[in-house]
This record gives sequence, C-alpha cells and structure tokens, in this order.
Amino acid sequence: MRIFAGLSLLAALPAAAAPPPGASSCAGCHGGGGMPALAGQPVEAIAGAMLAYKAGQGSPTVMDRIARGFSEEEIRAIAAWVAAPR
Amino acid sequence: MRRRALLGAALLAAPALAQAAPKVVVIGGGFGGATAARALHRLGVSVTLVERDATYLSCPFSNAVIAGLREMEAQRFGYDGLRREGIAVVVQAARTVEERRVVLADGATLPFDRLVMAPGIALHPDAIPGLDTEAMPHAWRAGPQTLLLRRQLEAMEDGGLVVLSAPANPYRCPPGPYERASLIAHYLKTHKPRSKLILLDAKDAFSKQRLFEEAWAALYPGLLEWVPLSSGGKVVEVDAAARVVRTEFGEHQAAVANIIPPQSAGRIAQAAGLTDRSGWCAVDPVSFESRLRPGIHLIGDAIIAGAMPKSAFAANAQARVCAEAVAALLRGEAPAPPKLINTCYSLLEPGYGISIAGVYQPKDGLLADVPGAGGVSKPGAPTAVRAAEAGYAEDWFRTVTADAFG
Ligand SMILES: Cc1cc2nc3c(=O)[nH]c(=O)nc-3n(C[C@H](O)[C@H](O)[C@H](O)COP(=O)(O)OP(=O)(O)OC[C@H]3O[C@@H](n4cnc5c(N)ncnc54)[C@H](O)[C@@H]3O)c2cc1C
Repeated sequence: MRIFAGLSLLAALPAAAAPPPGASSCAGCHGGGGMPALAGQPVEAIAGAMLAYKAGQGSPTVMDRIARGFSEEEIRAIAAWVAAPR
Repeated sequence: MRRRALLGAALLAAPALAQAAPKVVVIGGGFGGATAARALHRLGVSVTLVERDATYLSCPFSNAVIAGLREMEAQRFGYDGLRREGIAVVVQAARTVEERRVVLADGATLPFDRLVMAPGIALHPDAIPGLDTEAMPHAWRAGPQTLLLRRQLEAMEDGGLVVLSAPANPYRCPPGPYERASLIAHYLKTHKPRSKLILLDAKDAFSKQRLFEEAWAALYPGLLEWVPLSSGGKVVEVDAAARVVRTEFGEHQAAVANIIPPQSAGRIAQAAGLTDRSGWCAVDPVSFESRLRPGIHLIGDAIIAGAMPKSAFAANAQARVCAEAVAALLRGEAPAPPKLINTCYSLLEPGYGISIAGVYQPKDGLLADVPGAGGVSKPGAPTAVRAAEAGYAEDWFRTVTADAFG
C-alpha cells in the first residue's frame, strides 16, 4: 500500500519522451557551439549520414567510430529524437 | 535488480508525500553535476545544486593555459545560468550525507528524495614521499596550481630540464599528461629551445600512444623523452626543495617538476561511505545508483565506469543518462538500459588535434565498450585532418560548457 501511495503521488512528475539509447550523448558536441546543430534538421538527413558513416562512406573524423556502435534501428531512433525541436 | 530498484524508489519516495514535487540535491557543480542539475530541472524535478566554489574552472584546455596559449579567465564558468532557470544554487561545501539529507559545512541540512553526486577527484600527494605541491605543482585541478606551473615554466632558464610524471591507472583524463607534455614541449621549442622535457610514466602504455609518439617524433625530436615504467618511469620519491625526482632506476635534476599524484573519488564520497577499497565509487551502470547506498547516484570522475574514461565528455553524457534514470525512478518506473558516448580531443601543438572515441553499454555490472565501435584518429593522416580535429576540440569545448553551465 505504501508503495502504491508513493507511486501515485510521484505521478506529479510528468513523463516526457525518454531519449532512445545513445541519443542524449549527442548534445555533448552538437549543441550549436560550432558542430552542426541537430534539432530541426530532417530526420532522414541525420539517419542517412549516420548510416553512411557506419558503412565507412564519406570522410568523417570521429562519427564513423561512433556510428559503428549503433544498429540501424538505434540510429533511426536517435535521429528522430535529436531532430525534434526542444 | 530491476525489481529491487523499483521497490527502493517507492520506499525512498515515501516522505515526499507531503510535497508537490520530489526533491533532488546535486553535490558538485562541475561538468557532471552542473549538467545533471540542468537535465533534472528540465525533467520537472525540483533541484538544489551544492557547489563549494562560486565559479568553476575547467580542466579541459587548461594545458593550453600552462603553455601560455590561453588565459585562465577563458576557463571560468559561473552558475548564474542555472539560477536564471530556477535551479537553487547553494555555494557551500557539503560535509557529509546522512539518511536522506545532505549536511552542509555550516551545519544546515538539505533533505532529498534522491541525491546525485559528482564530486570529482581527491589528489594524494602524500603517496609520493617528499612531495610538496607548492614546489612541484600537480596542476591536475584547474586553478592556482595551473598558474603556478605556468609561472615556473616562464621563470625557467633556457636549457632547463622539465620533468613531468604521469600516474598509474585509473586517473582523471587518461590522455591529459601526454597532451600536457606536448604543449609544454611546444612552449620550450618556441621559447626555450635548449631545454628538454622528460615524461616519467608509471605505466608501459597509454591512451592514443601511437598518435602521440608519431607527433612527438615529427614535432619535438630530441626535446621530449617518454620513459615508461619498465625503463624507470615510476617516481618513488622527490626532494621538492632541491627539485630532484627519484625513480626506481635513478634520479633527475629538474628545473621544473610537474608531479601528477595518484587519485581517488572526491573526499565527500568517502565521507558519505560511497567508496570501496579502490577509493572509487561502484555504481549500477543503468541508473548510476551507488552499490553501497541506495537513493544516492554518482557520476563523473568519482565512479568506477568500466571502459568509460574519466573525462568531461563522459561526465556530461553520464549526467544526462543519470537524470533520466532518477526521473524514471521518481515516477516509479524502471530506467531503460542506456548507451553512452565519449570523445576526447588532445592538442599536440596549436592546430594539431587528435581524438579517441568510444560507445558504451551496461555489461556484467559495468560500462563496456560496444564491440566494433570507437578508436582513435588515423595514424599518418594529412595535416588538414589534424587541423580539423583541433577545431573540433574547440567546438566541443564551447558546446559542452554551454550545455553544463547555460
Ligand atoms: C589537464 C586536464 C585536461 C583535461 N582535458 C579534458 C578534455 O580535453 N576533455 C575531457 O572530456 N576531459 C578532460 N579532462 C577531464 C575533466 O576535467 C574531468 O573528467 C571532469 O572535470 C570530471 O567532471 P566531474 O563533474 O566528475 O568533476 P569536476 O569537474 O572535478 O567537478 C567536481 C565539482 O564538485 C565540487 N565539489 C567537490 N566536493 C564538494 C563538496 N564536498 N561540496 C560541494 N562541492 C564539492 C568541486 O568544487 C567541483 O566543482 C581534463 C582534465 C585535466 C586535469
């Protein structure tokens, strides 16, 4: 019962869409300090670039090493989340 | 594990029943703590940040300050951005953590439903007999020590020997000592060309080693010498007043000595009973909750993060994941398993940058490398690539400091 009461009151905290795995790390670089900002960009453009880097295309310095850490599904989820304006 | 976390969350939350929003206190306003405070605030949590100092001095890019390439004020960040957003900032040291409340230096207490701690490191100069950090600065926390080392280098006569010593693992910023050696070598090359730098290392291998050695051979031949553990790199004793550094194999008469001592989690972590025998804090890699005290989360340099290094990038990434986990637990939900990224740039001379990156996920109770991902910049890359990475380092610094401090 105690657990129940605790839970219901804490529902005061709104649940926002949680970032998919990896997505929250992107802001370390992509926040408008010089690297391309991501919010507001087309989801397809972000996902497409990440998938190309993962496949060894293009000549990124670091994004190929990072993209290889994610599946295509994860990349698409990250792209959708980081592209959303917030 | 998941079930236990859920139950713990609900029980811990019970005293918050009388309050509108759950209360979270964050101790430490560095890259980890400041980022966590802002992320929690954005998630609707009522946050109080406790930080000992009125302003923060960044270690990233402080090696450039030592080498005279940058001024200290460019390293300074304040907490007005957080205050403007509505985060309560208490400028005071936390003394200890009792049951669900933080005790401040002045004796006042702050109650919490959950606590996030990012206290950084404690340095242990006592581990090296004879060491006096005023005579032989560590400069491993940005501040007066950074400027002391810079002044010592400026005052040194041309032809002097600079001795730098790097500690054994684990320690804050694995590539940091090698970036520092590079930038001091650059200073010597351009200002005191008859001088030499010896880098004594308590290890036989180090981060981005191949890239550093490639650059040293090209940029600083005959000027910078790396001495690994197996060749006498371990410092066993110093005579600080005479500036003598003794190793297992012999001694060096230094003009300037920069001894980076062994480290552990920040003192408050130990006072609060959060460190294990290693001196660092074991945490759950999904929620960053302490393995020793439920309801207390730890991030940044203070934790045992498995493959993830002690970097500002990592502290910032962990802070965001931890904030999501804390908010989930306060809602009575189980946090989702995360992935985290790290990227660390090092500067070898102005306009010459290299990087190491990694992607991490929880595995066997720690954060492990995602296989196939990560790695370092390509050896033998053209100068344009090195120049681009030097630029990215500055972009990263601008972005991460804005993300942490607003
Ligand atoms: C020379 C050097 C170069 C570096 N370069 C880079 C780099 O290029 N990239 C990178 O990613 N990382 C770099 N780092 C590493 C980076 O500085 C650390 O990993 C990072 O600062 C860790 O953040 P943190 O929040 O865990 O700890 P900190 O940044 O140390 O913050 C801890 C905060 O907690 C406060 N505090 C401690 N105890 C208490 C208490 N009891 N009460 C209240 N407040 C308290 C402190 O005052 C401090 O503000 C470098 C480090 C060094 C030394």
